[in-house]
Amino acid sequence: MSAAAKPGSANTSAETSVDGVDNGRRHFLLVATTTIGLAGVVATAVPFLASWRPSARAKALGAPVEVDISKLEPGALMKIEWRGQAVYVVYRTPEMLAKLNGNDDQLRDPKSENADQQPTYIKGETRSVKPEYLVLVGVCTHLGCAPLDKFTPGDAELGASWAGGFYCPCHGSKFDLSGRVYKDVPAPTNLAVPPYTYLTDTRLLVGSDPGVA
Amino acid sequence: MRTNKKNLLAAVAGAAMLFGGAAFASEGAHLDKAHNDVSNTASLQRGARNFVNYCYGCHSAQYVRYNRVAADLGLSEEQVIANLMFTGQRPSDPMKNNMTVADAQRWFGKEPPDLSLIARSKGTDHVYTFLKSFYIDPSRPTGMNNTVVPGASMPHVLWELQGTQSAVYEGVANAEGNVVKQFKGFETVTKGTMSLEEFDLFLRDTVNFLDYIGEPMQLQRKSMGVSVIAFLLLLWGFAYALNKEFWKDVK
Amino acid sequence: MSTDSQPDIYDRASSRLSAFGGWIDERFPMSKMFKEHASEYYAPKNFNFWYYFGVIATVVLVLQIVTGIFLTMNYKPSSEHAFASVEYIMRDVDWGWLIRYMHSTGASAFFLVVYLHMFRGLMYGSYKNPRELLWIFGFLIYLCLMAEAFFGYLLPWGNMSYWGAQVITSLFGAIPYIGGALLEWIRGDYYISDVTLNRFFALHVIALPLALVFLVVAHILALHEVGSNNPDGVEIKKLKNADGHPVDGIPFYPYYITKDFAGIVFFFILFAAVLFFAPTMGGYFLEHANFEPANRLQTPPHIAPVWYFTPFYAILRAVPDKLSGVILMGAAVVALAFLPWLDRSKVKSIRYRGWLFKGFLWSFAVSFVALGYLGLMPATPGYTNAARVFTIIYFAFFVFMPWYTKADKTKPVPERVTYHAH
Repeated sequence: MSAAAKPGSANTSAETSVDGVDNGRRHFLLVATTTIGLAGVVATAVPFLASWRPSARAKALGAPVEVDISKLEPGALMKIEWRGQAVYVVYRTPEMLAKLNGNDDQLRDPKSENADQQPTYIKGETRSVKPEYLVLVGVCTHLGCAPLDKFTPGDAELGASWAGGFYCPCHGSKFDLSGRVYKDVPAPTNLAVPPYTYLTDTRLLVGSDPGVA
Repeated sequence: MRTNKKNLLAAVAGAAMLFGGAAFASEGAHLDKAHNDVSNTASLQRGARNFVNYCYGCHSAQYVRYNRVAADLGLSEEQVIANLMFTGQRPSDPMKNNMTVADAQRWFGKEPPDLSLIARSKGTDHVYTFLKSFYIDPSRPTGMNNTVVPGASMPHVLWELQGTQSAVYEGVANAEGNVVKQFKGFETVTKGTMSLEEFDLFLRDTVNFLDYIGEPMQLQRKSMGVSVIAFLLLLWGFAYALNKEFWKDVK
Repeated sequence: MSTDSQPDIYDRASSRLSAFGGWIDERFPMSKMFKEHASEYYAPKNFNFWYYFGVIATVVLVLQIVTGIFLTMNYKPSSEHAFASVEYIMRDVDWGWLIRYMHSTGASAFFLVVYLHMFRGLMYGSYKNPRELLWIFGFLIYLCLMAEAFFGYLLPWGNMSYWGAQVITSLFGAIPYIGGALLEWIRGDYYISDVTLNRFFALHVIALPLALVFLVVAHILALHEVGSNNPDGVEIKKLKNADGHPVDGIPFYPYYITKDFAGIVFFFILFAAVLFFAPTMGGYFLEHANFEPANRLQTPPHIAPVWYFTPFYAILRAVPDKLSGVILMGAAVVALAFLPWLDRSKVKSIRYRGWLFKGFLWSFAVSFVALGYLGLMPATPGYTNAARVFTIIYFAFFVFMPWYTKADKTKPVPERVTYHAH
């Protein structure tokens, strides 16, 4: 006679059935073994999934970048690379800084209320730690092209009313001299400000918040 | 069945004992045991300092990052920057030194090998014995030779600490009746700044650090193994009981 | 129904599940396959310890594929970057070291398990009619596994990887007339180079794994078509009960699912012990010379293949002539395929065979292990002579089989299997 048992029937009580099968014990062992086994499967999956996190090399390559701004001329822009992205550092002249107020009605987010676009310590119209130096991620917030620096007011292409700022050649998005996006352009948000801090008056550390090592 | 299984297990065990012999075969000298302990963090810290002061000028450790050494050895980043790093490097950088291949070949005839994996490829005993087996040999370009690696291009970097020694040979009759020179031991020629015990500790700390950089996660590996096997034993207990319960059906 | 609410939830869930199952079954043979291969596949009830290794081998195959996939995410198959990428995995990738050690331990575990699995076949006559094709599929799996391991071993681009590949590929150069051209074609270059590494990578990562998976499926289908053998070599389908099921059979599901699960967990305990406490196994699983990058100008002091190839390597070296050594080494592997036709005995299992078969089988097993040991040793005259003796013993198992299996005094094979209820 071959084994006829049906494993773990719906009978969950501790009674034994006719052929002497203790279904309660069977059920308990099945549930216990399955639970422990599943815990083991999940625990085994963890290292595999965790291996997708940025590796030590990625973290090293993505480490904060020191920028020497001692040679940066007033009104000039320098580009550095941080985490695979272009970062612009602009030494703004007093004339450029003066252009920052009074244009709020032309801007989509003049008070930088969108918290995603800059660290919490970046405030005000200058959108910078120190007013003279502007640090921006040089990636247009529309579709990612590199905006051009068009700091001269009344630029030939952009018209007499152009106050100076950034212009993206791909689809025509315009940003002011703090990277704030104008209305009626494709880009939805201000240019992002990366975390940065001053190591000295002439050295920035891009990619690190102030107060962190 | 049972006898077959017993015989097979005996054969496998016998084979395992045969295989278990020294896998680190050395051609020349007998190797002294390094007896290092990778869990001894103080030893590793001293070894790291020794490595940077005496080895790192020529030998890189290109797969090792400073910040990893800091984390594993309980050092702060400042300590690592101050004591272990060359200027211009960052904690997340790997330990690459400044010697170019061209310079190395000009000075030593060959590039000093990277030491990240030396303990895994040669064994700690080999490295330990090698470092203390330099002896005076005027015929060599560096004036020194080594019983563990005859003809080594490496100079005796630690001569100030260890002092210098000469190799003593004695004539021994071999199987054919010829007298052959056999290495007997070393004889101190000049004393170094360290005593025998101090130098021995210096070497073992250094070799310990090399053991660590060969496999930085070895301690975590072992402690994790205990947890994993404990869990699997628990799971096995339930699986075994579950199976036995079901097999009650089988008459 | 009882008064508390739980059975209602179970009932609703289970009826939803069976409705979903029904939808699948109308479109895909899910329940049909489950019945045919699990809940109504009747396997002999007297399986012993030797019967774990097939399912364990399948588990190891899955393990190798999964860990292999994750290694491929970070490994770089170029001669310039391969070695460094392995160290990158070991040090910089979170948990990379664990994935790497799983894969290296898995490779050795695969061969140990497969050798034990094959030995079971030899002991119990699992290759005999009607299971010849099952055995042939197994033989092909073994060939693919050896190729897979060989290609995989070059990938770390260590010094042993390089020189091992150099030695083994040069064997093809021994073939008369076409040898040189064949060797260049295999390498894709005039020496083992980046080109060779890249193509071995492709073969190791996708070509052979695909072949292995297909062959394993074929192997299991061939098994299920005729039914499993057992330690007594009794064909259980000969005696059926009123239900039409073999009297000495039990449904694979649940009994062998629970049994194999316990066996697999135990295997994992041994696997974990090696992985976490001795991943290099003293240089036998991860060789010392392979912790140095490939160096064309410096051969390691002893070139030996990894332990699972050493029996055949010993046979190769035992023969003074290179081409004859290659042929004999090949013959040593291929001989296995002919077993179903070399074995003339009416009796399947060693339990009922006579002393001739037992003697030859044990000598074969001892010679395989001894050759394995000798293959690891340097080729001194003493070891080479010993290898010659064991090579003769190894081949004697096959060459004399048509005679000794017929001449053997066998015991009568029972109708029912030997089984004691636990």
